Amino acid sequence: MLIKPLDDIPSAEITPESIYQERRRFMRNGVNLMIATTVGVTNTTLFSAPVVAKGVDPSSAINLPIDFPHLKPSAFSTGEQSTPFAKITAYANFYEFGTDKSDPQRYAQTLTTRPWSVQVVGEVEKPGVIDMEEILRKFTLEERIYRLRCVEGWSMVIPWVGLPLSELIKRFQPTSKAKYVQFSSLLDPKQMPGQEDRFLNWPYTEGLRIDEAMHPLTILSVGLYGRVLPHENGAPLRLVVPWKYGFKSIKSIVKMRFMEQEPLTSWIEAEPRAYGFYANVNPTVPHPRWSQKKERRIGEFFKRNTLMFNGYAEQVSSLYTDMDLRKYY
Amino acid sequence: MPLIFLIVGLVTEHLGANPAEMIIHETGQWALRLLMLTLSITPLVQITGWSILTVRYNLRRLLGLYAFFYASLHLLSYLLLEQNFAWQEIMDDILTHPALDIGWLAFILMIPLAMTSYPQLAHQLSRRRWQQLHQLIYLISISAIIHFGWLAQAKVDVREPLIYAAILLMLLLLRYPPVIRRLAHKNVTFSKE
Repeated sequence: MLIKPLDDIPSAEITPESIYQERRRFMRNGVNLMIATTVGVTNTTLFSAPVVAKGVDPSSAINLPIDFPHLKPSAFSTGEQSTPFAKITAYANFYEFGTDKSDPQRYAQTLTTRPWSVQVVGEVEKPGVIDMEEILRKFTLEERIYRLRCVEGWSMVIPWVGLPLSELIKRFQPTSKAKYVQFSSLLDPKQMPGQEDRFLNWPYTEGLRIDEAMHPLTILSVGLYGRVLPHENGAPLRLVVPWKYGFKSIKSIVKMRFMEQEPLTSWIEAEPRAYGFYANVNPTVPHPRWSQKKERRIGEFFKRNTLMFNGYAEQVSSLYTDMDLRKYY
Repeated sequence: MPLIFLIVGLVTEHLGANPAEMIIHETGQWALRLLMLTLSITPLVQITGWSILTVRYNLRRLLGLYAFFYASLHLLSYLLLEQNFAWQEIMDDILTHPALDIGWLAFILMIPLAMTSYPQLAHQLSRRRWQQLHQLIYLISISAIIHFGWLAQAKVDVREPLIYAAILLMLLLLRYPPVIRRLAHKNVTFSKE
């Protein structure tokens, strides 16, 4: 395993984001005023202020209290520059709240994340329900700064707060038949208005092979930048599998089912040719509609080359040694 | 105007978290919108009888050239921001991704139309040949919408491309002689009263 040296400064303190936010706000106000006075219209979407939670001042988003002050740093964290908090929350795919990248931030605030629990069923010795409070209390939370690569060709670096999924799984004691695990998101069109559009089969489902689920890189995230996970990023509990495309990292999980067969996923149902079960980040296997060789790191203007397994090849390539990754895309 | 918004937006960091993507999408969308507007001029003139729009101001030509301008910006932004002018990979994209090829097709077909919009070049052609050539706009519009639908930003959500398709269908229907005859007739009698 590749162990990189770490600095023990929490990532939230590295980037002086308040300064950056202040400047943005200043520019935004100036431009809005200019347009309002000279043109008299502000109808273009280009100029609407960056979306923020209703009633929340955009500049205060980063001044939220640190909810997890004593995080254990992780040897798996990358030393790369983290994407600013404001961009992580403003640019997300969470189709339960709409297909536009800014929809989640605009609409996800109505989601009720407490009480919350995860139901565990299927091939386990001890099926049951685990409560969110229990997850937060009983597991050691770590900061894991991971690269995230979306199948659409953009990427971020996100300082997650989370726990290894394997530790949670062990509590339920999977049987020898448990070869796969299927995850389901919340199904509630009242809270998740995007579910009224039927282009995906709700609830969103995803799955991992059991060795992928037990891999030390795989975490359940409960926060980012030291704060409770924002609704738009999959509150209160989401999966993070950093060597796979982002859509594998299912958000707002309510159920885990251990299975003998490979589970069907929402994306395979919608477009099997484009979205496979494995979805490993792989620059050599193009998506049917676009190449996967390059990616645009959010905050950068030009594209950079995509790394095999999103840069985690040393840790995970052994999981796939006997597989043709063109076939099992 | 949309270009000015994009430039000001870029300078003041108002293009969201992924400004490069925003530039590519916006220029493409404007090219398509302007194509639709160009196509709406002929039925508009026929229905309202405002021939001044085409005869005196040649609004159709102006809009068509703007559409070509935005299509050029769209292509340029793809070449620069998406591929950084790596010709090998651009070729690779052309060979493997038909959704992109349809966009190229639409753009290439626009070139002769834009060229023959200049009076000097237009005079090289007979009126009839010019008209035949400019009927390519139907093929261009259909290709542009397919290109958009195929690459729809939200993978399975094709509502937006479908709206464009519906508008195009309506504009084509308005060119169907019986339809235009009915609409134009009513209006002509109205304007005479």
